[in-house]
Amino acid sequence: MHEVEAAPEAVTEVGDVTRFAVKQLTRVEGEGRLDLAVRDGVVTQAHLEIFEAPRYFERIVVGRTPDEVIDIVARICGICPVAYQMSAVHAFEDLFGVAVDPQIRALRRLFYCGEWIESHALHVYLLHAPDFLGYPSAIELAADHGPVVERGLRLKKVGNDLVSLLGGRPIHPVSVRVGGFSRAPRRAELEPMRARLADALLEARETVRWVAGLEPPPYDRVPRLVSLVHPTEYPMNDGRIRSSDGIDVAPSAWTEAFEEQQVPWSNALQARARDGVPYLLGPTARVVLGGSTLHPEAAAALAETGLGDELQTNVFRSIVARGVELVHAIAEAIDIIDAYRRPSEPKVAWEARPGVAAWATEAPRGLLFHRYEVNEAGLVSRAQIVPPTSQNQRAIEHDLATFAPSVLELPHEEATHRLEQLIRSYDPCISCATHFLELKVDEG
Amino acid sequence: MISDRPRVGVVKLASCDGCQLTLLDLEDQLLPIVGRFDLIEFPEATSLRSAGPYDVLLVEGAVSTPEQAEEIVQLRARSRLLVSIGACATAGGIQALRNWTDEPDWRATVYPEAEWIESLATATPVSEHVSVDAELRGCPIAPGQLLELLTALRIGRRPQLPAESVCLACKRRGNECVLVARGIPCLGPVTVAGCGALCPTFGRGCYACFGPREEANVSALHDWLAADRSTEEVDRLFAGFTAWSPPFREPAARAVAVAETHHPRKDEPDA
Repeated sequence: MHEVEAAPEAVTEVGDVTRFAVKQLTRVEGEGRLDLAVRDGVVTQAHLEIFEAPRYFERIVVGRTPDEVIDIVARICGICPVAYQMSAVHAFEDLFGVAVDPQIRALRRLFYCGEWIESHALHVYLLHAPDFLGYPSAIELAADHGPVVERGLRLKKVGNDLVSLLGGRPIHPVSVRVGGFSRAPRRAELEPMRARLADALLEARETVRWVAGLEPPPYDRVPRLVSLVHPTEYPMNDGRIRSSDGIDVAPSAWTEAFEEQQVPWSNALQARARDGVPYLLGPTARVVLGGSTLHPEAAAALAETGLGDELQTNVFRSIVARGVELVHAIAEAIDIIDAYRRPSEPKVAWEARPGVAAWATEAPRGLLFHRYEVNEAGLVSRAQIVPPTSQNQRAIEHDLATFAPSVLELPHEEATHRLEQLIRSYDPCISCATHFLELKVDEG
Repeated sequence: MISDRPRVGVVKLASCDGCQLTLLDLEDQLLPIVGRFDLIEFPEATSLRSAGPYDVLLVEGAVSTPEQAEEIVQLRARSRLLVSIGACATAGGIQALRNWTDEPDWRATVYPEAEWIESLATATPVSEHVSVDAELRGCPIAPGQLLELLTALRIGRRPQLPAESVCLACKRRGNECVLVARGIPCLGPVTVAGCGALCPTFGRGCYACFGPREEANVSALHDWLAADRSTEEVDRLFAGFTAWSPPFREPAARAVAVAETHHPRKDEPDA
C-alpha cells in the first residue's frame, strides 16, 4: 500500500496489451488504485479499485439509538461528517414525524454550507488545482503561487470555523441531535463570522475566475446527472431526487429508482440506476439541475465564466462547478446569518416509532442516501448507506474507458497522469465508499 | 534530536482520514510547517511518494486487514519515531466493536460475496502490533495537540499532552455540569482531556472520544449512572469510539452483546 513507485509504472507489454496503472491514487480521500488495459487501441478494462479496509458501518449501527447513529456515521468520512449526520437526522425525523423549528432548519443549512466551503476549498486548491498547473501537490504550488494557496487555505478555514461554531469542531462535530441541535448559537456569536464570510465571498468570486482559466484536457460526453431538486432552495437537504432525463422520486425513495447490485466481475456491490445507465452526482449535477436556485452571486459568477455548457460535458471542468458552489455556500451562509433569530429551544422533543427511516441529502460530492429500519425498542435493526462515490464509480469507469483513447498517443507517464486526473475530477471519497470494494468494469 | 528538516510520513490504515486531515486543517500553520518538515509521504495531500526511511511517521487508523498487519511491521522498521494518531490508531476506533462479535457474520451482512473480502476478525490499535513512540488521542485528534507534537519533534523534546480528565477542562471553561445540573449522562470524569470539553459546552454529555484517562474509575461512574437509568443504557455509553480501551471493555462488551440481539435473523424479511 505504501510501497511507492517513484513515477507511474512503466509500460508493461503483455502480448499486445498496454496497461496504465497507479498503485495508489494520491490527492484523493482514502485508498484506491487505477488499472486500465488497452488492446489494439481499444480499452478492454477500466478499473477503479478500492482497497480501503472495510469497516462494516451498516452493522456497527445495529442496536443503537438514532442519536448514537448520528455520532457513529459521521466517522465514515473525516471530510464530510456533516453530510452523514444530515442524511441520518433527516431520515429519523421524517419517520418520527418531527417538525423542527424553521430557524433550526436554517441552521442545518448553515452548518452544511460550512462543510461545503471546507470540502470544496480543500479539493479545488489542495487536491485538484495542482493537476492543471503541473505540480505534485499544493506544497510545491505554494512555492510558486503562494498568495493563491493562501487564499485557498483562508477559504477552507472559514468553512471549518463555521462548522466549529455550530458543532464544536470541523471534523466529527458534536451538536446534531434528532429534533434540532444540542445547542443553538446566540446571534451575536454569528456576527464575527458574517464579517469573515463577506471577505470570503470576494475570494470565492476570485476563485471562480481563477479556476475558469485552468485549461482542461479536451473531453466531450453528456452524462446523466442526478441531484436533489427543490423549487426554491439550492440542492442540499430537501427536495426530490431528479435526473437530467426524467427520474423523479422522493428523497426517501432512492431505492425506487436505484439499487445496489452485485455484478459478476466485481468484488462488491455497486449503486446503479435500475435502468443500468451510469449517472453523475456532485457539484456539476447540482449546478445544472439546480441552476435556477443558485444564489444570484453564484449565478453571476458562473455566467461570467461562460462555461455553463462546457462544464456539463467536460468532467475536468468540475473544478468550476465546485468554485461556483463555494460562492453559493458563502452567499447563502451570509443570508442565513442575516435572517437568524435564536430559537427558544435548540431542539424539540420527539418519540421514536418503528418503521423505515430514509432520506437523501447532498454531500459535497453528491447525493448521500441513508435507510434505517427502526424496531419497537426505538433502536436500529438494519441499515443501508449509499455514499456518493459508490454511485459515481460506474460513471468514473465509464469515463475512464471513454477518455483513455484520447491520451494513448501521449508518453505513458503523461497518459497515466491524465487518467488519474480524470478520477480526481470526481473528488472521490474512498473511505466513504469502502463497502464497495474492488469494483471492476471490463469494457472489453 | 532528529535531523534539521525531519523526513515525515503520514499514512493511514482503517480510518476515516479525519486525523490526517487535521494536519491540512492547520490552515494558518500549514505552510510554515511544510517549510520545517520534509513531508516525503502523505498520499492524501501529495503525489510525491517515498517508502522511507522516515524520521517521523504519523499513523492513522486501526489494523484491520492481514495486509495492514504486515504493513505496520514494515512501516515500523522504516521509522525512527512512530506516532499513532487518533482513536482508531490508539484504541481501534469504532470498528473495534466487531472484536466482540462474529466477524464473518458482520461481513456477510454488508457484503453478499463475503469470501471476496480480506479482513481480520478484529480491528486493533497500532500498539498491539508494534512499539509506538507517542500517541495522540481523539476522534479526531485535537489540532493544538498535533501542533504541540510537531513543535516538540522539531526541537527535540517530549510533547506536553494533558493527563487530566475532561471535567477539569470543563470547569475551566465555566460550564455548568451537565451530569449534576441536568442529569445528562457524561463520561467526562473518566475521559482524558484534549477536546476542550466540547460536548458539555454544546449541552450534551462527553462520549469519551479521547479515551480513558489513567486510573479512571469506570465502575464507580457506571454504578452512579446506572442508579437513574438501565444498565443497558449505561453500557452503550462505553461502546463508542474508544470501546476497546481496556478500562471500557467490560461495559462495552455487554453493550455489543445486547446490540447483536437487535439484528434481524437471516430469514427475516426486509421491513
